[in-house]
Amino acid sequence: MSLKIIRSGILDTVQDNGRWGYQHLGINPGGSMDRFSASLANALLGKEATAPVIELHFPAAEILFTAPCVICLTGADFLPTLNGTSVPLHQPLFVGANSVLEFKTPKSGARCYLALLNEWRLNKWLNSYSTHTKVLAGGYKGRRLLKGDEIELEPVALPQIREERFSLLPWHYHPLTSDSKEVEFIVGNEWNRLTTKSQTDFLNQTFRMTAAADRMGYRLQGEVLQTTKAESLLSSAVGFGTIQLLPSGQLIVLMADHQTTGGYPRIGHVISAHLPKLAQQRPGDEIKFTLTTLEEAEEKLTEQLRFLKQTQSLCQERMDAYRKAPLHR
Amino acid sequence: MLPFSYTIFPLGDSALTIDFGNHMNEAVNECVLQLFHRLQNTSPFIRDVIPAYASLTVYYDVLALRKKNASAFEAAKALLQPLLKTEDYKKQNERKHHRIPVCYAERFAPDLTELASVKNIPVGEVIALHTNKDYRIYMLGFLPGFAYMGKVDDRIAMPRKAQPRTTVPAGSVGIAGEQTGIYPLPSPGGWNLIGRTPVTLFDAGKEDSVLFQPGDAVSFYSISEDEFENYPKRHP
Repeated sequence: MSLKIIRSGILDTVQDNGRWGYQHLGINPGGSMDRFSASLANALLGKEATAPVIELHFPAAEILFTAPCVICLTGADFLPTLNGTSVPLHQPLFVGANSVLEFKTPKSGARCYLALLNEWRLNKWLNSYSTHTKVLAGGYKGRRLLKGDEIELEPVALPQIREERFSLLPWHYHPLTSDSKEVEFIVGNEWNRLTTKSQTDFLNQTFRMTAAADRMGYRLQGEVLQTTKAESLLSSAVGFGTIQLLPSGQLIVLMADHQTTGGYPRIGHVISAHLPKLAQQRPGDEIKFTLTTLEEAEEKLTEQLRFLKQTQSLCQERMDAYRKAPLHR
Repeated sequence: MLPFSYTIFPLGDSALTIDFGNHMNEAVNECVLQLFHRLQNTSPFIRDVIPAYASLTVYYDVLALRKKNASAFEAAKALLQPLLKTEDYKKQNERKHHRIPVCYAERFAPDLTELASVKNIPVGEVIALHTNKDYRIYMLGFLPGFAYMGKVDDRIAMPRKAQPRTTVPAGSVGIAGEQTGIYPLPSPGGWNLIGRTPVTLFDAGKEDSVLFQPGDAVSFYSISEDEFENYPKRHP
């Protein structure tokens, strides 16, 4: 049994929470852009946050499930349909054999995640499923998914479900929606290199996301920022969310596929808990940076990770119960 | 006590950097790499350790380290304290020496003539100066397997190009300031290209994907175009 791509999307890749422990060799962690949504998709199925997902961009792939599966979609809303009928995000779905998943319109967000209750027959590269497109390794053949690709899946036992249609499993997650364009950050080591005026500008203005916004980084457009000294920096580590000042005076925020090291001044770092929100922004969107403390940043990340753990264990119980008696719940 | 003074700052909310300043210095880098080796597999809460020229960055598990009254950052610092206090920083680590063939022929070296003319020395001398030295791999970064090596002789040191190339072929050997390096993969890049090696520096299909380790030594020797073409496609 398998998941088959019957029409290519623009950029659909297998991801997980990243490839850790190899940055000293220049191998970056990569992984899902919106870690919260990716982990949530697995958590709602009762699966560990380390399980793989497919990260979909719009226009997204058309996907055929050759045998019964249980899936969950989270993140961006691309108006998904199963065999032509609209299906919700944030709710596990039983999918009958030969069902087709399609995405109609990019209603909100930039990246949608597809998780499966079925185990994936994929090999890890350096202990991770994340697709490293630069070295063509990890994920599915180290590249984005294309028409004709087939990912083998393990069957899941779900008796008593009629196989020809889909059905919603009786639990879901209510996303907290917000139109706020505020992204919290903590200061970086080179924050004090900005002139006082540029620090004020950075805090007060909104930045626009340019078209140069991909899995590696987002280039922002705003007031040109200036530094007090021009001394160049030796290369050292940078991370997901690092806000770097380019020689042009514009900013780049490093995203999941960032390089391991860099030499531009680090003005700040978007807090981990707000990276999922940033990952769902699109070119043309506006962002405002709000200063917070390391303490707050840790607290918010901890809260998010605890929530995901609790959701996972709760849903695992519900899934076990459902698998025993699906029709009575 | 470490032989050099340092500061520790948060690199975002999930990592910290031990910073020894802004100088390319072999002794400082040796200290960084000793810390790096000591930190390997010391704690399940450490997710990644990244040595650079004069800094070491440690990614940690915030959820596991954060306690009610103490931040994960403070807990991670406490984890590192015994290592930062240790006395024994004199012994050199075992360093592997790699001898890397480089073809300096014009078709592989689009910036060699210009570098020679800017530095006002013959092309042959640029090659001699580049091959006459053992280089230290201070760090890997930028791309999988990209080694930052130094320092090159002052007479061939040259700032990176104002306008980076959109594609640099794999194996290209370049100079940027006092650094020399080899592109393990095709990539955009701004280093002055003076030759190319037929050696594979990165192979995702291998157990050890990356040929170099931080701290290793590298020297180059000049080969002809024929030798380049006939070089067996594997690690030396």
